[in-house]
Amino acid sequence: MKFEIKKQAVAGTLESSDIQIIIDNNDNKGIEIDLKSNVEKQYGRKIRQLINETLAEMGITDAKCVVVDKGALDCTIKARTIAAVHRSSEITSNYDWEEIDTWNV
Amino acid sequence: MERLRRTMMFVPASNPGMMRDANIYGADSIMFDLEDSISLKEKDTSRFLLYNAIKTFDYGDTETVVRINSLDMGGKDDIYAMVRAGINVIRLPKTDEANDVVEAEAVIEDAEKKCGREIGSTKMLAAIEGPKGVLNALSIALASKRLIGIALGSEDYVTAMKTRRYADRDSEEIFFARSMIVHAARAAGIAALDTVFSNVDDEETLRKETEFIKQIGFDGKSVINPRQIPIVNSVYTPTEKEINQAKDVIYAIEEAEARGSGVIALNGKMIDKPIVERAQRVLMLAEKAGLYKKGE
Repeated sequence: MKFEIKKQAVAGTLESSDIQIIIDNNDNKGIEIDLKSNVEKQYGRKIRQLINETLAEMGITDAKCVVVDKGALDCTIKARTIAAVHRSSEITSNYDWEEIDTWNV
Repeated sequence: MERLRRTMMFVPASNPGMMRDANIYGADSIMFDLEDSISLKEKDTSRFLLYNAIKTFDYGDTETVVRINSLDMGGKDDIYAMVRAGINVIRLPKTDEANDVVEAEAVIEDAEKKCGREIGSTKMLAAIEGPKGVLNALSIALASKRLIGIALGSEDYVTAMKTRRYADRDSEEIFFARSMIVHAARAAGIAALDTVFSNVDDEETLRKETEFIKQIGFDGKSVINPRQIPIVNSVYTPTEKEINQAKDVIYAIEEAEARGSGVIALNGKMIDKPIVERAQRVLMLAEKAGLYKKGE
């Protein structure tokens, strides 16, 4: 499945244990992640790495992500990133679960 | 051994914290919801979240169930995701006839083939939530070998029946539906699961309602809040007297078998197959509650 950042999209909430990811086009400046997290000092690098890895697995090389983390676990960070990219790519049904399965969830 | 399903706790699949903690409250089954508790605009994000949660968290021997959307409203995507993630049971919403089960089963089988899971390993539970489903309860219960139970969803049912829940009047308005479901489940040899009791602050009526559904033969009840779990589980926990009586029955049977005797009596009363089955169920419930260990 081909993913493309076509429009601004958001996934996730600001509730405890969740993470909100707003994704948008970055005008060919590569991947940029603006992260706010109350565990930034300890986990900031790990959260950025997870989002970067997930975007790379989905073939996204250009995106601006505004991220607010409320203590999300890895599986939640990945789920929200995957959802945001699907929404931005305007893919809303008939998901390719076989491919999603390969993204090392 | 038969699986206990005293409590099936609803957990909305939109909430990562609740999904992480779902296993700590002692419910026999956790029912993740992709249907009515999820707004239309969050169906996609909740499905991704639940898919990752099922693949990540260890729910131990607690049964994992997912309530999917109807097949024409995203239910097929729900099935393909959940079967691949390894959910134990797919709960069908608003089952009106046997064909609803057959159609969903075809998608489940296709999903199992696509991800290499054993055909038939994903079980099904049919929720009956309207008058048509209640009247078709037996054919629904017999529609698939995958079915582990049928459940009553009363909110839609009472609305369709032009009434509402009258918990203060012993819920007489759903007595027929409960009777149909428990009979159909027993005839099919599967579990009968009762509807939720939605007032989480009214523990007294919840207890009374649970005592009643246990009396008429239900296996257990859906719950919407962790606070309801100990109440329902305690109603299904046998008393010390019941446990001792059950032990006596099992000892008497074992002794008779050792002697090669066909006729068994205990305290002057003949013990037959139904009495043995009831005793075995009492001991299973006692074991689950930590009041009995096999071989004691």
